[in-house]
Amino acid sequence: MSERIVVDPITRIEGHLRIEAEIKDGIIVDAFSSSTMVRGIEEIVKGRDPRDVWAFVQRTCGVCTTVHALTSVRTVEDALGIVVPPNAEMVRNIMEGTLYMHDHVVHFYHLHALDWVDVVSVLSADPAETSRIAQSISSWPKSSPGYFSDVKKRIKRFVDSGQLGIFANGYWGHKQMKLPAEINLLAVAHYLEALEWQKEIVKVHTIFGGKNPHPNYLVGGMACAVNTDDPGGINAERLAYVGQLIQEGKEFVEQVYIPDLMAIASFYKDWGAIGQGFGNYMSYGDFPTNGYNDPSSFKFPSGVILDRDISNIHPIDHRDSTEIVEFVNKSWYEYAGGDGASLHPWDGETNIKYSGPKPPYDHLDIDQKYSFVKTPRWKGKPMEVGPLARVLMGYAHGREEFKEIVDSALSTLNVPVTALFSTLGRTAARGLETQLVANWTTEFYNTLMTNIKNGDQRMANSEMRDPATWPKECKGVGYMEAPRGALAHWIVIKDGKTANYQQVVPSTWNASPRDPSGARSAYESTLIGTPVADPEQPLEIIRTIHSFDPCLACAVHLYDEHGKHISQVQNTTSCNV
Amino acid sequence: MNTKNEKPDTYYESIIKNGFSRRDFMKFTAFMAAYMGYETSAIGQISNALKTTPRLPIIWEHYQECTCCSESFIRTDHPIAADIILDKVSLDYTLTLMAASGHQAEAAKKAVMEKYKGEYILCVEGSVPVGEEGVFCCIAGKTALDQLKEAAAGAKAIIAWGSCASNGCVQSAKPNPTNATPIHKIITDKPIIRVPGCPPIGEVMAGVIVHVIAFGKLPELDRQGRPKAFYAKRVHDSCYRRPYFDAGLFVEEFDDENARKGYCLYKVGCKGPVTYNSCGSMKWNNGVSYPIQSGHGCFGCSEDNFWDNGPIYERLTNVPGFGIEANADKIGMVAAGVVAGAAATHAIASTMSKRKELKERITSGKDLEKQVE
Repeated sequence: MSERIVVDPITRIEGHLRIEAEIKDGIIVDAFSSSTMVRGIEEIVKGRDPRDVWAFVQRTCGVCTTVHALTSVRTVEDALGIVVPPNAEMVRNIMEGTLYMHDHVVHFYHLHALDWVDVVSVLSADPAETSRIAQSISSWPKSSPGYFSDVKKRIKRFVDSGQLGIFANGYWGHKQMKLPAEINLLAVAHYLEALEWQKEIVKVHTIFGGKNPHPNYLVGGMACAVNTDDPGGINAERLAYVGQLIQEGKEFVEQVYIPDLMAIASFYKDWGAIGQGFGNYMSYGDFPTNGYNDPSSFKFPSGVILDRDISNIHPIDHRDSTEIVEFVNKSWYEYAGGDGASLHPWDGETNIKYSGPKPPYDHLDIDQKYSFVKTPRWKGKPMEVGPLARVLMGYAHGREEFKEIVDSALSTLNVPVTALFSTLGRTAARGLETQLVANWTTEFYNTLMTNIKNGDQRMANSEMRDPATWPKECKGVGYMEAPRGALAHWIVIKDGKTANYQQVVPSTWNASPRDPSGARSAYESTLIGTPVADPEQPLEIIRTIHSFDPCLACAVHLYDEHGKHISQVQNTTSCNV
Repeated sequence: MNTKNEKPDTYYESIIKNGFSRRDFMKFTAFMAAYMGYETSAIGQISNALKTTPRLPIIWEHYQECTCCSESFIRTDHPIAADIILDKVSLDYTLTLMAASGHQAEAAKKAVMEKYKGEYILCVEGSVPVGEEGVFCCIAGKTALDQLKEAAAGAKAIIAWGSCASNGCVQSAKPNPTNATPIHKIITDKPIIRVPGCPPIGEVMAGVIVHVIAFGKLPELDRQGRPKAFYAKRVHDSCYRRPYFDAGLFVEEFDDENARKGYCLYKVGCKGPVTYNSCGSMKWNNGVSYPIQSGHGCFGCSEDNFWDNGPIYERLTNVPGFGIEANADKIGMVAAGVVAGAAATHAIASTMSKRKELKERITSGKDLEKQVE
């Protein structure tokens, strides 16, 4: 007999996600991923000025803030044939690069680490030994025995207070927690440091976009005009500030994040064989160095890998109505053409139609529709998107810098190449690509400085901003690689207004329910075969789900015209079985 | 695994145990008093409050939202988020940061609701969809509507973070497919602090919490329920580009010569004249910049229904009131009307006459700055 466990809410994610899993003899034999919140943003932007849409859809997600804004301005620029000035391209790259650094570090320490790090175990750690370990793996200066001793005392006081706050009811003492107390102390110290650090790196967004979260973008370029001889523009002081923030961010990634990632991963090598999934990976590519319209200049190359065959890269065409389509056969929506239909996003529909159980409920009816996330497919196949897909794509394209970091990590951990296709591989790939992105962000900054030095001050192209100059009808697609994976928006513009708008986001690919053929998407697929030691404490489920860095508001907001937020991942086996 | 220690550390004890001196503690309270805009005489009151109060229990709910408020909260520079959640409050439930998931998470919330009934603060991030009996947002199998009512019942007060919880924000924009509703329209028997903005400034969020723990009472609110300390003034009135507005010097289109000179963004749609927030004074991310300083107009993200107040890049048809004397309660209720294409408006007319006057005064040799005032 199998038993069904429910984990809802799944915490330390963006949005509301619920997982129901069937467990037999301690192993997951089937899993169902559901998003239980919707808002309808796609419907809300209909009829609005296309130049305003970036701001609406930016509110799809405040964690990976900027990604929907950037994708939206690219989408509208594609529809109207606008090419942005090189400075704007570089500023967008710098903002995206610093978003990666921020987002991946915060994911690692604040959203994922507590799956692997036992906070309570810190109380028995020897700070001197932690200091020795820290100094052996990194040159980060905050590493003295006294420093770690103070952190330990602080955690002890916190625990002794009896008010455990965010650490209450965590999975402390679980037999799957395998780190020595000293490494736990190291990780907790850096949890606190990263929390303080993350507020700094985002200041790059504040300088160029005025605020963070949700900095401002602009169709045609960026609004932050350059004037090196005026207090009102982006001048030497502002640029120096950006340069310093990038440098400090890079140091944190290289001296704290990566050494910690490797140290922790070395105790969890068995997770290199868990959470493998179906082996299809997709990346749209991103970080243009010669303009967005020249994909060959992208730092992240694009393509599809099928069945883990990295010798064969398939190209992607976002405009081909037979390639990327969405189903709603298991989603709480209706298509005019019926539940078996699939629609390319330019023809997409978002008619919310909830048909799930009446709340309060213990279980979803998984034979019927069970999520607010639609189900996207590429040429009929499910795809995994995200850091692992991007790193594999760079590797498959034979790019040296990708090969170097991957081979070096595999040899450091002494694991086979197949360990990449796993929960551990997904979490490691996120760190590895952060190193690359930190390097590239420095390059983008240098390019921006060189352009300005050479006298190019242009930051926005206003030629097509007047709707009177637009065609009566046009359509566009814009895409990027968000930290969580391949992201694209599609727009249809009629008479100067948004006639249709569809977002297919990374967590839509990964978190969706199954398609009409019964094929599972990534979350559901990767959970199968995962051992669960104690169904009352579904730590293993959370580990694999967190390895994707779920963003359910995106998954649902993006797709739904009705704005249902897909956010229920019920991570724990809470309910009656 | 919440232990049963009956007497948690007070702020004072936790600060002293952290290795700081009593003198450090007094400096901290003086700083907070200054930060909150209080008289020196309040310092004693703050330090007494911090010496005797256990960490304030907080339940932080997430409904229809994008988590930008939680992200903004962890951006706060003073105090930093780690110090708030380790030393100042007990953040006992938040989907974004808490270690436990599923039923362990819900059990932690329930324990706080029982143990600290009538004492905990309920923070809400996100609006509540009331359409179709609330099925558009469910957590642990229950609707957000039921979760809210349950958590609100035992709360001492509610903080409605951001525009979603305060005003409904983007999901309540037309046609509001899920009937997204702000908190004060659902809960009517509890004090509610509305902290609008998309998101609110991190230091504003921290400031509201610091106020509650330091003074043991809610901050003074305006007629719309917003803390006066942060929402009493229009962005326009604290904007460093205001002199350009008064002088009639405007950006005509993005990245033009005037944009590079940092002129006023009113003609490319800035809603600063009808927006009440601290962006111009406190700025963002510890004072680094704010939208206008970075070249983009304010689009009024802390105002009611701002998504439906006209296209972002069209100018306001009128600018209510000139000068900081304008009353927030009165002006805040005025809808920000916009007109497409029409150039000459009341504001422009006023500006033109001001410009003429300015010129005359300059020729008469008076001081430029005073005249702009």
